[in-house]
Amino acid sequence: MTRAAETAPEPQVVLSARGLGKDFSGFTAVNNVNLDIHHARIHALIGPNGAGKTTVFNLLTKFLPPTRGRITLLGTDITAMKPDAVARMGLVRSFQISAVFPHLTVLENLRVALQRPAGLATQFWRPLSSLRRLDGRADELIEGLGLTPWRDIRAADLSYGRKRVLEIATTLALDPKVLLLDEPMAGMGHEDVHTVAEIIRDVARDRAVLMVEHNLSVVADICHRVTVLQRGEILAEGDYATVAADPRVRTAYMGSEA
Amino acid sequence: MIFGIPLQAFLGQLLVGLINGSFYALLSLGLAVIFGLLRVINFAHGAQYMLGAFVAFLALKFLGVPYWGALVVAPLVVGAVGALIERTLLSRLYDLDHLYGMLFTFGLALAIEGSFRWYFGASGQPYATPKALTGVFNLGFMVLPIYRAWVIVASLVVCLAVWALIEKTRLGATLRAATENPSLVQSFGINVPMLLTLTYALGAGLAALAGVLAAPIYQVSPLMGSNIIIVVFAVVVVGGMGSIMGAIVTGYLLGIAEGLTKVFYPEASNIVIFVIMAIVLILRPAGLFGKEG
Amino acid sequence: MARTSELPPATEPAPSAAPVMSRTLQLALLLGAAVLLIAAPFVMYPVFIMKILCFALFAAAFNLLLGYTGLLSFGHAAFFGGAAYFTAHAAKVWGWSPELALLVGVAGGAALGLLMGAIAIRRQGIYFAMVTLALSQMFFFACLQMPFTHGEDGIQSVPRGRLFGVLDLNDMTTMYFFVLAVFVIGLLIIWRFVNSPFGMILKAIRENEARATSLGYATAQYKLGAFVMSATLAGLAGGLKALVMQFATLTDVAWQMSGEVVLMTLIGGIGTMVGPLVGAGIVVGLQNQLATSAFPVTIITGLVFMVCVMLFRRGLIGEFAHSRFGRALGLRPPG
Ligand SMILES: Nc1ncnc2c1ncn2[C@@H]1O[C@H](COP(=O)(O)OP(=O)(O)O)[C@@H](O)[C@H]1O
Ligand SMILES: [Mg+2]
Repeated sequence: MTRAAETAPEPQVVLSARGLGKDFSGFTAVNNVNLDIHHARIHALIGPNGAGKTTVFNLLTKFLPPTRGRITLLGTDITAMKPDAVARMGLVRSFQISAVFPHLTVLENLRVALQRPAGLATQFWRPLSSLRRLDGRADELIEGLGLTPWRDIRAADLSYGRKRVLEIATTLALDPKVLLLDEPMAGMGHEDVHTVAEIIRDVARDRAVLMVEHNLSVVADICHRVTVLQRGEILAEGDYATVAADPRVRTAYMGSEA
Repeated sequence: MIFGIPLQAFLGQLLVGLINGSFYALLSLGLAVIFGLLRVINFAHGAQYMLGAFVAFLALKFLGVPYWGALVVAPLVVGAVGALIERTLLSRLYDLDHLYGMLFTFGLALAIEGSFRWYFGASGQPYATPKALTGVFNLGFMVLPIYRAWVIVASLVVCLAVWALIEKTRLGATLRAATENPSLVQSFGINVPMLLTLTYALGAGLAALAGVLAAPIYQVSPLMGSNIIIVVFAVVVVGGMGSIMGAIVTGYLLGIAEGLTKVFYPEASNIVIFVIMAIVLILRPAGLFGKEG
Repeated sequence: MARTSELPPATEPAPSAAPVMSRTLQLALLLGAAVLLIAAPFVMYPVFIMKILCFALFAAAFNLLLGYTGLLSFGHAAFFGGAAYFTAHAAKVWGWSPELALLVGVAGGAALGLLMGAIAIRRQGIYFAMVTLALSQMFFFACLQMPFTHGEDGIQSVPRGRLFGVLDLNDMTTMYFFVLAVFVIGLLIIWRFVNSPFGMILKAIRENEARATSLGYATAQYKLGAFVMSATLAGLAGGLKALVMQFATLTDVAWQMSGEVVLMTLIGGIGTMVGPLVGAGIVVGLQNQLATSAFPVTIITGLVFMVCVMLFRRGLIGEFAHSRFGRALGLRPPG
């Protein structure tokens, strides 16, 4: 421990990547990425389209096997682990294209998320009504995220913004230590963006958040730290003001802000 | 003597393995070509192989078309029928789950094979080896029937030609690009549906060619296709359909493995390819040459 | 990701449809079916009905996998035919009572399912179908060579014996109601399985596998669970068939049998509770009709396959549920 760390305790690093890289049949999509994600902090990953942000998410959550590098979650090396095991350890992601179970209702979507932690996922001999004991917690989350009027609507019939909120709700149902959100506000109207930003800020009080976001005013508003990715490599990192002032970042973003 | 097995028997089975391997290679090549672009597992591949043999048989019997003519005519006829089916029926299934294509071609195979069995009976019809290819080479340590040597050489040449066509020519490059991104290739002004039709015809034609090559060896029987197609599926699972060369190499390798099993442990020769498939799946789920995600 | 490798439901699965159907209608339909099934052996040839019941259970077991898990197996003949051999062997050679012989078949189906499933589950979609087909063909060749199956002859004259050592199953009526009871129990197991916490996860996996993974579900293991359950129930159907027909032969393990069960499910309606039963009735009835003629069933089977895939992907029951009449009856979930 350095003296600086003792005097001003840095928030704890919960997820870190060292020298992370991914090649797709010869094409290097991600190269030499080092990241430290801290507890109770919101970390933004930004960069032009095709920079490799989603690929970094896929690597961190083990949906893709990294070609190079190591990943550590809560002190455990997870580089060789399976994605579902990583999720069970408390690293839960959302997807760039909203990922809900479309033919299930909002309530059922939440139940599915709650079933495994409650030990109610493998019973093939019990009736569906046995899932009712999850409804209390499910309704809490539904209410907390303002989805109560849609509780019994099929997810497919929700508006785009509400699908994203539902996805966040199911993610929160697992009470994850680290939350990875891939463009949670893409395609949302103004109102929804504000709501979701507040939700994320709230959620990050006692967990780490890493989010990909193109809406830079949201990033400026809620994120503690920003990493800029370009062509698979880290271009700059720091707080928003530092990064925004970086001339290389300005060049990279010129006309390519999507 | 090798491990107490007479050299003659060993080489004989090795040859049988190579012959079978030639057919596995030709058939899995056709399956891989079709799958590569259409994303359809062509269950009718065995039926098309059988059709090739029957076209040769009927053309000789009724029109006097000799073997060499059949080598050209059968792939053309079966390819044309394939193109027609692809255009009118199969192409309507592309937007659905790929499994529907498999189910459709399964039904097609049943209908074709059932019809031929009804009309010709289940037993095989002999097909004479062409004059120019009768006789044997005496290699000293074994006798090699000329026709078998021809099958091995011919299938190798065809396999390599198709591989070169797809991997080394502009047409092939277009095909591969269309596999990756059909809408992009379409926007370049290339007629992708036509490309799909031609690809299916090519695959069906390859199966028919294999059928003609097989006719003098295995006889011409309505069931010859359904017996081989499941083995070819296993070959394709082992090789992974991502690579044309992979399909070819795996076809020969497994044919030889099967032949050698006949020497050392004949009881298992029917299942050895399936056993190899199971082992490969356990050790290397994506297949030997596979990069499928 | 848009075109995933697994079969999406051709129809809305029945479990979500059923609660929408009015209770009275449900009850009336069930009652009607019960009356028909109880009266059937007195008006029709009982062995024929029993054969249909066996295949209906087989198709329902298969549909548990295809319709509710989205996995297309082309190797279910191995479980059906394998169990038929095991049950026949236990009843004839070991002289076990029918219920125990049936259990042997069920256990055999489960074991085969675990073995085959563990290997096949390593590949997805179209490969999964090919792997199951190849593995069951391997089992076919094994059956051809193993002495206990008696090769081409099969196991003949399987005794039906006395149920629990008491009820003589050689009596046709007793046998029929025994078969009916097993059939109903099998269906109830399927119904419960589909409408259980486990079934819910299967449904979620089929709808969005990546999301299920990201929620911490080891999806392959859930699919394997469904595969084994399906194989076990297919084994129940196969064992039952051995007792009904009193023989077990290579026909039951051949790939054509795997194709037939796909067809039954497809005709009736993938992912519906009743569809596979209807499909089994149609296919077995058709085979019965053509049994005496020289016209090969495979031509019809093949054509029906093609027509179903081209025009009626929802199957008879699925199309009916989607029709205006079906909807009026509340057979389809809203939305
Ligand atoms: N599975 C894949 N196979 C091949 N290339 C991929 C794959 N996934 C992403 N890529 C490529 O990697 C690059 C980065 O993509 P991505 O991570 O989605 O970028 P971003 O999320 O920053 O927009 C792109 O060029 C994309 O085409
Ligand atoms: Mg992205």
